[in-house]
Amino acid sequence: MSTRGGTHLWVAQRVTAMFLAVAVLVHLATILVAVRGGLSAAEILGRTRGSAAWLAFYAVFALAAGLHGAIGLRGIAAEWLGWRGRGFDAAWLTIGLLTAIFGIYAALGLYAA
Amino acid sequence: MRLDPRPRSHPTYVAFLVHRISGLLLALFLPLHFWALSQAINGEAALEGFLRWTDNAVLKAAETMLVVLLAAHLAGGLRVLALEFLGWRSSQKTLVAASAGVSLAAGLLFLLNVV
Amino acid sequence: MEQGTLRVSVWRGDAAGGAPQFYEVPARANQTVLDVVTHIQREIDPSLAYRFACRVGMCGSCAMEVNGRARWTCRTHVKKVAQDGTLELRPLANLPVIRDLATDMAPFFDKWARARGTFQPKDAPDGAVPAEFHIVPPATPKRQAADAGIECIGCGVCYASCDIVAWNPEYLGPAALNRAWTLVNDVRDGARQERLAVVAGDAGCHACHSTQSCTERCPKGIDPSGAIAGLKRTLFWNVFGVSR
Ligand code: SF4
Ligand code: SF4
Ligand code: FES
Repeated sequence: MSTRGGTHLWVAQRVTAMFLAVAVLVHLATILVAVRGGLSAAEILGRTRGSAAWLAFYAVFALAAGLHGAIGLRGIAAEWLGWRGRGFDAAWLTIGLLTAIFGIYAALGLYAA
Repeated sequence: MRLDPRPRSHPTYVAFLVHRISGLLLALFLPLHFWALSQAINGEAALEGFLRWTDNAVLKAAETMLVVLLAAHLAGGLRVLALEFLGWRSSQKTLVAASAGVSLAAGLLFLLNVV
Repeated sequence: MEQGTLRVSVWRGDAAGGAPQFYEVPARANQTVLDVVTHIQREIDPSLAYRFACRVGMCGSCAMEVNGRARWTCRTHVKKVAQDGTLELRPLANLPVIRDLATDMAPFFDKWARARGTFQPKDAPDGAVPAEFHIVPPATPKRQAADAGIECIGCGVCYASCDIVAWNPEYLGPAALNRAWTLVNDVRDGARQERLAVVAGDAGCHACHSTQSCTERCPKGIDPSGAIAGLKRTLFWNVFGVSR
């Protein structure tokens, strides 16, 4: 197993963590405001529709969350299931990127709907 | 793997476990969350339909739990970042307590607003 | 002065397996756990295998698991750890058992070597004594970071308390990484970059999850978890070409 790969994945996880720390605060605040008086599609889309700022925020958010989550799962799988090695690393990276793309696609939906 | 609680009962170990379990659940939930939001691609009515479907007690409880998990994972993550990047040492117990407080507060706020 | 009886369960066996055996030991004032083990071996069962040398907390050879937690037994008073007059003694976790309470420390020290735990003088790479004394002012941050970890006695308590060692057998563990961090901060040392390279990645400092079990248990009050965080921090900036 390449130790360098481990280092770079760790760095990626911490860099995404620093972004996510801020993004999750924004997200939690938005949730707390949005659920006042019940959650409705009109309210969500009223905020996101046509807003490039929200689109950019959610796109980066999805990318960071997808990668951060996959790297985390990689660590848990290595320690608790013994899934180690380059093959698994590649699989986790793919899963992370696919999740991120899926999230960005959803963000585009909220922008364009 | 022996699972003896005696050597694992210090607050920082519990903080690690909470961080790991919350992270695991959040990572598994993420694709589901994106799928739900992607309903918007099919227009406002589709998203609204999905949201109304979630309007039952079980899913409301699950949502509250997710908010608490997210807040807990955020708080635990700030603890790790403070240890790793700011070199915080002695204040470890305070960090754990503060983390627990933040996540509880977020969960309560969510609950209060929903009902 | 005798003060009743201690009921002591001692794990007996070898690499192939074993089971707890029970002994009754007279309780005494100011008795250490090591005193109890020694009593069993001298008075009850001479075949009991265990290890000690200095009896004053310097050599690091007497560590065992006492009532579920790894401890140095020569400096652990029975009255502090006994529960209802009982003691449960086992060999250190995460290490192969040789016999009874004696574990094989070889994997532990092999990892020190792998983490490049030996000092390499800058101006005398072949290990010779440098011609000039280095002046390292005690107040400098690097000197203080090195000082914080230098008193390690190599007892293995932290290593036996770390779940990541159990879950990831390649992991170098808290003691070896703490040692590496003291040397990374030693301005007289010439192997900084090589050492940083071997302690990076999935078998090195990046495997640590800051559970701080090592810091919690170290009998010398050392903070290996903090040392590992220091390595991570240094390597983080290294990736971006910043040397700190
Ligand atoms: S802080 Fe790191 S090295 Fe120490 S016990 Fe926890 S995982 Fe092991
Ligand atoms: S760091 Fe502490 S617990 Fe670990 S080997 Fe050294 S003295 Fe023992
Ligand atoms: S016998 Fe030397 S440290 Fe305990």
